[in-house]
Amino acid sequence: MHEIDLLTIVTESILKERLIADLKIAGATGWTLSAAQGEGPRNRRVSEVEGGNIRVEILADPVTIARIWDMLKDSYFSNYAVAAWQSTVQVSRADRYLGNESQG
Amino acid sequence: MGVGEFDSSVQYDFKVDLGASLSMASTNVLSVPVLVFLLGVISVRLKADLRLPDPVYQATAIYLLFAIGLKGGVALRASEPADVLLPIVVAVALGIVIPIAVFLVLKWVTRLNAIDRGAMAAHYGSTSLVTFTAALVFLDALDVSYEGFMPTLLTVLEIPGIVVGLLLAKRYASTRSRVEDATSRDWVAGDSVSRDWIREVVLGKSVLILFGGLVIGFLTGVQGYEQVEPFFGGLFTGVLALFLLEMGVLAGRRLSDIRTAGPGLIIFAIVFPVFAGTLGIISGYLAGLSMGGAMILGVLCASASYIAAPAAVRLALPEANPGITLTSSLGITFPFNLIVGIPIYYLVAQALESWFL
Repeated sequence: MHEIDLLTIVTESILKERLIADLKIAGATGWTLSAAQGEGPRNRRVSEVEGGNIRVEILADPVTIARIWDMLKDSYFSNYAVAAWQSTVQVSRADRYLGNESQG
Repeated sequence: MGVGEFDSSVQYDFKVDLGASLSMASTNVLSVPVLVFLLGVISVRLKADLRLPDPVYQATAIYLLFAIGLKGGVALRASEPADVLLPIVVAVALGIVIPIAVFLVLKWVTRLNAIDRGAMAAHYGSTSLVTFTAALVFLDALDVSYEGFMPTLLTVLEIPGIVVGLLLAKRYASTRSRVEDATSRDWVAGDSVSRDWIREVVLGKSVLILFGGLVIGFLTGVQGYEQVEPFFGGLFTGVLALFLLEMGVLAGRRLSDIRTAGPGLIIFAIVFPVFAGTLGIISGYLAGLSMGGAMILGVLCASASYIAAPAAVRLALPEANPGITLTSSLGITFPFNLIVGIPIYYLVAQALESWFL
């Protein structure tokens, strides 16, 4: 088993396509998306009309994760409802998530 | 007719209309869709969640958009191109004029900044499918005819208002955001944000399904429509009622925010639709529409978007406060139009009929 960084982002579902495009620009090779419900300090979203929140999970190398954090700080935190946290998890086949293996 | 005759006949018409219009207003309020909407609002007050499951809500929205488009496409095929062209041109013009009027009027009556006024312009410049549909159901109940191609005008009016509103906000807010852009994001393609909102508006799901329905209806005609009529025609008002339950819950949640909106915004959210609706009715008559058609165009102008516009505004103008725009469009204007506005626009269309037709 290997240790690897997991970044979890919960945000407004309206941002789904933009966020995924930005994750790819930042170098993420994969992501998992699911619907999420919850409450936060910011009450300015339109997502209740558009279908709740989304939760995006990304396993990646530390450089990519750092780039995603920068991206969130630059373009998401100030204007949108975002909760994001990073943790370390155990995986097998770490190469699969680190983007340095051609076949996955 | 001479000027002398004109006065007396108007007075006579008015007396007859008053009794009829009262029963007509009660027809509207006592319809299943409107009562279900009120049930949704009340359920929020009682802290019971009557929201539809999300996939069901999405499916009913798709159903309504497609059914409206399909029916409109069938009618469009049966219409003379010459009859449709002028109303389309007028609808585009209204889609540009109304958001500009919103932007200017709000500067007088509220203290909203340019970004929030632009966001409001995008909402009020665009249209509400449900208000439109409720008006069709209302006219059907009264046996008043209207041009079948009205959904075409709905499609035409959906987009320009959002674009004009966003452009107004961006123009007046551009100095500030350009400085912000220069300091941040060196790695994001510079224009990705502006590309997003144009795509969201023009190729948004709701426009695509509505437009797709129009094209499919146009291609298949009456014969094709007959095959799907039991589902898209016969069940229509029932599905609309279900959708309005959801809208009632969403509007009810906004009701508590109205107090924070301020008197200027509340007055705007009620008075502006009547003004825009009257403008739409007059324009409809000038474009050669029947009384029913002019009234529907008025409803389109009076209604504010609360699905397509909020999504586009959220992406394009993240600084705008959805609390203001959604409270106004979904919390005030939508219930007003649904319950009181539709009969009012009908009366206005009736009152103006003798001037134009």
